[in-house]
Amino acid sequence: MNRGGSSAAASANYLLCTNCRKVLRKDKRIRVSQPLTRGPSAFIPEKEVVQANTVDERTNFLVEEYSTSGRLDNITQVMGLHTQYLESFLRSQFYMLRMDGPLPLPDRHYIAIMAAARHQCSYLINMHVDEFLKTGGIAEWLNGLEYVPQRLRNLNEINKLLAHRPWLITKEHIQKLVKTGENNWSLPELVHAVVLLAHYHALASFVFGSGINPEREPGISNGFRLISVNSFCVCDLANDNSIENTSLAGSNFGIVDSLGELEALMERMKRLQEDRGDEETTREEMTTRFEKEKKESLFVVPGESFHSFPHSDFEDDTIITADVSRYIEDPGFGYEDFARRGEEHLPTFRAQDYTWENHGFSLVNRLYSDIGHLLDEKFRMVYSLTYNTMATHEDVDTTTLRRALFNYVHCMFGIRYDDYDYGEVNQLLERSLKVYIKTVTCYPERTTKRMYDSYWRQFTHSEKVHVNLLLMEARMQAELLYALRAITRHLT
Amino acid sequence: MEKMSRVTTALSGSALTGRTMHCHLDAPANAISVCRDAAQVVVAGRSIFKIYAIEEEQFVEKLNLRVGRKPSLNLSCADVVWHQMDENLLATAATNGVVVTWNLGRPSRNKQDQLFTEHKRTVNKVCFHPTEAHVLLSGSQDGFMKCFDLRRKDSVSTFSGQSESVRDVQFSIRDYFTFASTFENGNVQLWDIRRPDRCERMFTAHNGPVFCCDWHPEDRGWLATGGRDKMVKVWDMTTHRAKEMHCVQTIASVARVKWRPECRHHLATCSMMVDHNIYVWDVRRPFVPAAMFEEHRDVTTGIAWRHPHDPSFLLSGSKDSTLCQHLFRDASQPVERANPEGLCYGLFGDLAFAAKESLVAAESGRKPYMGDRRHPIFFKRKLDPAEPFSGLASSALSVFETESGGGSMSWFVDTAERYALAGRPLAELCDHNAKVARELGRNQVAQTWTMLRIIYCSPGLVSSANLNHSVGKGSSCGLPLMNSFNLKDMGPGLGSETRLDRSKGDTRSDTALLDSSATLITNEDNEETEGSDVPADYLLGDVEGEEDELYPLDTEHVHPEEPEYVLPQEAFPLRHEIVDTPSGPEHLQDKADSPHVSGNEADTASLAPVDSSSSLLSVSHALYDSRLPPDFFSVLVRDMLHFYAEQGDVQMAVSVLIVLGERVRKDIDEQTQEHWYTSYIDLLQRFCLWNVSNEVVKLSTSRAVSCLNQASTTLHVNCSHCKRPMSSRGWVCDRCHRCASMCAVCHHVVKGLFVWCQGCSHGGHLQHIMKWLEGSSHCPAGCGHLCEYS
Repeated sequence: MNRGGSSAAASANYLLCTNCRKVLRKDKRIRVSQPLTRGPSAFIPEKEVVQANTVDERTNFLVEEYSTSGRLDNITQVMGLHTQYLESFLRSQFYMLRMDGPLPLPDRHYIAIMAAARHQCSYLINMHVDEFLKTGGIAEWLNGLEYVPQRLRNLNEINKLLAHRPWLITKEHIQKLVKTGENNWSLPELVHAVVLLAHYHALASFVFGSGINPEREPGISNGFRLISVNSFCVCDLANDNSIENTSLAGSNFGIVDSLGELEALMERMKRLQEDRGDEETTREEMTTRFEKEKKESLFVVPGESFHSFPHSDFEDDTIITADVSRYIEDPGFGYEDFARRGEEHLPTFRAQDYTWENHGFSLVNRLYSDIGHLLDEKFRMVYSLTYNTMATHEDVDTTTLRRALFNYVHCMFGIRYDDYDYGEVNQLLERSLKVYIKTVTCYPERTTKRMYDSYWRQFTHSEKVHVNLLLMEARMQAELLYALRAITRHLT
Repeated sequence: MEKMSRVTTALSGSALTGRTMHCHLDAPANAISVCRDAAQVVVAGRSIFKIYAIEEEQFVEKLNLRVGRKPSLNLSCADVVWHQMDENLLATAATNGVVVTWNLGRPSRNKQDQLFTEHKRTVNKVCFHPTEAHVLLSGSQDGFMKCFDLRRKDSVSTFSGQSESVRDVQFSIRDYFTFASTFENGNVQLWDIRRPDRCERMFTAHNGPVFCCDWHPEDRGWLATGGRDKMVKVWDMTTHRAKEMHCVQTIASVARVKWRPECRHHLATCSMMVDHNIYVWDVRRPFVPAAMFEEHRDVTTGIAWRHPHDPSFLLSGSKDSTLCQHLFRDASQPVERANPEGLCYGLFGDLAFAAKESLVAAESGRKPYMGDRRHPIFFKRKLDPAEPFSGLASSALSVFETESGGGSMSWFVDTAERYALAGRPLAELCDHNAKVARELGRNQVAQTWTMLRIIYCSPGLVSSANLNHSVGKGSSCGLPLMNSFNLKDMGPGLGSETRLDRSKGDTRSDTALLDSSATLITNEDNEETEGSDVPADYLLGDVEGEEDELYPLDTEHVHPEEPEYVLPQEAFPLRHEIVDTPSGPEHLQDKADSPHVSGNEADTASLAPVDSSSSLLSVSHALYDSRLPPDFFSVLVRDMLHFYAEQGDVQMAVSVLIVLGERVRKDIDEQTQEHWYTSYIDLLQRFCLWNVSNEVVKLSTSRAVSCLNQASTTLHVNCSHCKRPMSSRGWVCDRCHRCASMCAVCHHVVKGLFVWCQGCSHGGHLQHIMKWLEGSSHCPAGCGHLCEYS
């Protein structure tokens, strides 16, 4: 059996995780079985997605009506597990890409490319490179940021901050962009751009979080597409335990009695829902709990952190991402824990002082009409979406769980709800889930199938996709809140 | 003054005094509330909770309720309310979901009285019962409203809105047991305090969250609501169904609404975002605020009338950390700045003019009725002595009609319908259009077309004669140009303005005389043409003899050079540029064309000037001799187009643009073209010339215009059996699985054009029905109806 040859071919299409790379170096005779990459997602078995879709003709109808590419892409297929949500998602996406808006069509796609490039999401980049050219964009722009007009390039700063550390956006950034001059942005244009950026950052999270496979292409290549690099390492995809897991063996991904886990989680949820009153937590403690959770998120280290390995291991990485990096500047800029700041004391974002419902909506809708309603519906939809099931159990109120997920994401971006007891997060979200959440929202490109599999083993894939949707929308809302608050401050 | 005295009596002798003033707070305010005695105000926010005394000249801080070493979240207030019966009692709603009551009578520094921690989410609103001392109501983000009895430790009853987020709760002032609550989903609910199981009534008031509501202090059952959809609505709740009485459209989402005391129709609003001003509206006048306070530099978060019987003092707190007292007399009144005159043109040249009645009457010193052609209509408000602006609100609207015929736009419609814009060679198009214009008596336009033909096709002599002919006509019949407008009884300023408009819009032939630049040749030889009646056989003479022989040869010769002659219009929406190099045969070809141009004018030739002294002829000679390329004229043509557009005849500009296509397009900048196209399309649509307008859209080369008929191309159909919309395909219904439209002739499904009889509603494929009805007059379905197809 000469598997070495085939594996070399197979792995050419895949990134290698650092772990594998280490193993590879140590032992050249690595045995890798053919990865399971059929279907729309690398994480979810094809039949789950397909099965759900054939049942639902509505999905096809929606795609017909709202898809920009005119076909059922992998994202839509996976989201099709939640048709209700899919409708509002596609509608808002269609609106911001195709309908009346202050920005010209090609620019919208270019902004999408810029946003996706922050997370090296080649899937979205390829998709929008095509759309960009189709809508009449200038092909030269695709050679990189140096080739685009200064005006678009100016978005770079805000793109970078929004993607990784939205709390750093200030009204000065906005002022710089709208300041009258040759390359200035009008406020409606800027809002449109910000909505697009936030949308595509969040969507990148979803793409990585759900392991969306590259589209099987019809074959036409225009020279600007990136090599379809699947970012999932072969070792994740192959459920092959023969790989020597040096670093991961030590982590506590050991199989616990997962059924018991589920029961316990439900028990905790029930308790939280019932006896809020009895539990006398002093309000001061609540404050500290948020701080604690914030701090703790520090220690939740995403799967393979760049910091845990010496940089030399990553030299090859830069070669692969070079294609992507032409759309971005300062590629080293990444998420930094909100809690870590220490030196300059950044104030926590008080959710009650600038809410989406009261403030964000009004501003967005004023400057870019109707998008507010669409986003509002989408946020509302994802937040209230429930089938009252949890894994095998039915008739469960999952409100607390959904709220915990949503608020935990906001917590990592430094947004705090006065009326939320962050102790709940600790009780409801197990550590492996927290690792997953943090990776997906902050470093989506590092998500692995292992992370996806390691939390909530009993839950169905559809439920995990729901989790991804929640994370995605929470992230988008967080980015929007920061950006819109800066714009509001600029206006006053 | 009368009002002031009334107020004084209401305040039993102690009239409030004060001035517009503000004081700086340490932190942004979220809400304010006034004490019963109108002398103190409490300000609450995330990090502020203070009581200020309102003095004559300033605010004086009286008490800081935010005590303790480390302020807890319980002090982070979303709302505050002062009891209207008990001066010592306050309640706050905290962002963390706690409801706190405060007793100012407590001797210690900490005035905190009770703590209710029953809500799970932020409490948005608290409200004391207007008459009952111990009843407090709260509404929270978690969708519940709770009623507390302050003598007990926990809530008496809980009301579930069955929805997320209660935004406001307000006890009715008149009905002891009733309270209203508003929700994030746009609903308003009415509850009876004794019945926590379900609400008395529910209705959807706004699209999107309803942020606030306020019961009218006097009118029982009037409820004002304000929402994120930027509207303030006044509801009458006394009827069986809540009836919308008034609706005020503001410019930003409405955060607070408060009825103005003593003024039945006034209410104050402030917004949640973007707009920092406070407005006082008269609900009967929903477009212009009665008063406006512009003191704040950031969003106003709380407003309160200082005294329940004094309409002139308004207090407000804002995110910009200031507390303000506004005096009504210091408010700016947008009404005063509003322009009370309006002028608008109708489609058929009618003019409507609205002005303040006093202005109209005073200025001309006459009755506004005069003559038949003016039909002034008056809108006059019923005078209400309580209204401060009743005088302002009455205005007169006069409508001026134009004389029938004189101002009619029929020439426009005719021209639009008859012009040929594409599908034939340029020369033919020009000739055709010239003919159309001439028949409508628009000689200058006709001449322009002919000129264009000369420039772009080839120097033609007959057509130049033709041209001259029309000029001659133009000068004779174009003049009697009508000032048909009856303006006698209008003010002088207005009259002249109208006249100006008139000449722009309608009187094309009038302008023919004004212009001299665009038609380079016409004017000077105009007189000569008129003068010389000498038959013009001079020029035609030398060619005439050969014409017959040359004609057949010629057509063969030219055809390959003008492919557009044969190609259908759809295939070639745009014409490629034809380089016209004037040469012998072409020149003759043009001649060959000419008889059929001027076919109905047999005497054209004879009318052309004999004398070559006419400058026209020398020009065309020069053109011919020196072989000037058409490019030479492009500047001229461009100026000509601009001239027409300036004159208001955008029709001409666009038609020429389309007919000439590539030849001129590059000389005129994109935006101007787009502007012309859109104006022309707009005009066409106003005259319901849909076909023409679509043709223009189709033929336009500007991207922005041609995408016009790409928009909203979806056609929604309902199933003919179950009457449900057919979502996926247009011919099979998903629900009843039947084919909706069958052809009565071939009994197959019609997927394309379906034609049906409006008498018996049978129909089918267009082709089939046409064929069928050729042979039979009865319906193909056999229903016996005599169908007609035309």
